[in-house]
Amino acid sequence: MAEQAINPIEQFNVSPLFSSHKLGHTDIAFTNASLLMVIILGLVSLLMIYGTSRRSLVPGRLQAAAEMSYEFVADTVRGTAGNEGMRFFPFVFSLFMFVLFANLLGLLPFSYTVTSQIVVTFALAALVMLVVIGYGLFRHGTHFLGLFAPSGVAKPILPFIVLIEIISFLSRPISLSVRLFANMLAGHITLKVFGGFVVLLLGSGTAAALIAPLPFIGIIILTAFELLVAALQAYVFAILTCVYLNDAIHPGH
Amino acid sequence: MAVAEQNLANASDLATGSAAFPPFESSTYLSQIFWLVIIFGLLYWLMSTVALPRVGAILENRRSRIEGDLADASRMQEQATAAGAAYDTKLADAKGRAQALAQRTHEELLAADDAKRHALEDELNAKMAAAERQIGDTKTRAMGNVQGIARDAAAAIVEHLTGKPADPQAVDAAIAASKI
Repeated sequence: MAEQAINPIEQFNVSPLFSSHKLGHTDIAFTNASLLMVIILGLVSLLMIYGTSRRSLVPGRLQAAAEMSYEFVADTVRGTAGNEGMRFFPFVFSLFMFVLFANLLGLLPFSYTVTSQIVVTFALAALVMLVVIGYGLFRHGTHFLGLFAPSGVAKPILPFIVLIEIISFLSRPISLSVRLFANMLAGHITLKVFGGFVVLLLGSGTAAALIAPLPFIGIIILTAFELLVAALQAYVFAILTCVYLNDAIHPGH
Repeated sequence: MAVAEQNLANASDLATGSAAFPPFESSTYLSQIFWLVIIFGLLYWLMSTVALPRVGAILENRRSRIEGDLADASRMQEQATAAGAAYDTKLADAKGRAQALAQRTHEELLAADDAKRHALEDELNAKMAAAERQIGDTKTRAMGNVQGIARDAAAAIVEHLTGKPADPQAVDAAIAASKI
């Protein structure tokens, strides 16, 4: 049981909260991860809808926070993808808030980090790439493929350049999803390992118990650092989405 | 068929919780994607139809309100400046008029004063002249009386000395001669 308590991987377990539901033969159980997603949805809605329900001219605390998130993301989108990018503002905003709240809520004890699941981050990244490709083809037709053939490149090396561009494009969803997933995973494992040190040192019953506060201080510092990482990774995810969307809007290099 | 079996096996894994590294445990993928799609879809729908238009409206409302207030303020300031300028002109105007009025009154009073003085002086001069004339008359009359008295006295003296009435013409000549 003690071994179970300090297993740093256990926190990533996905377990159904109710008896399994089946859609055909596939399991779509409502798990602890799903519950956290619902909480994220609830909190974001609380902030953005309940917080702005009074529509005050002079905002209260919650409304000021909602307005700040709005303007922050709007500035990011406008600055990166231009005014035309603003048509994707709700999409980028939803992504940013979802990832930010997932990362932050994951730091709470006994909660779950939705973004520590590669399937979740990859699904979000794939959604971004689908939107990029879809909008690029819709807006520019085959001209969108010019994204892979930069102008002003000498004919002989063009095939290599195109190859490199295609590889770089295909690696985007992977890098986008793995960056977020790995950051969250590593941060939470580190926290758990340090916590395990505290438990082991205290439980040793020897003089080693005296140095138990050291990893505990480490946890405090790491938690602050993880807060930074949580916000930063949400921002990175949002701004890279904007950069990719900008490619779809302006495919010429 | 094999896929279905695989799914069933995965489902049992999901229920019991296996020792594999959870993020790579593919049995949970479908459930996670299923709920992610539902919840992210809901989030996107709520944000794009309710929350973001509302916040955008709030910000736009505030921006236009601030701009309107600033425009009002600058218009009022212009009005105040104009009113100040009008006040200044009016004040200068009134000052000028008051000065002109004072000047005119002063001149009028001065003229009236002069006229009164002149009239008074004329009157006094006339009175003085009348008085002088009266004095002259009285003097002449008095002098006439004196002449009569002198003539009578001279005639009486002459009659007394000579015993005969005096020649009035000689008396008159004598008196005229003595009267220097």
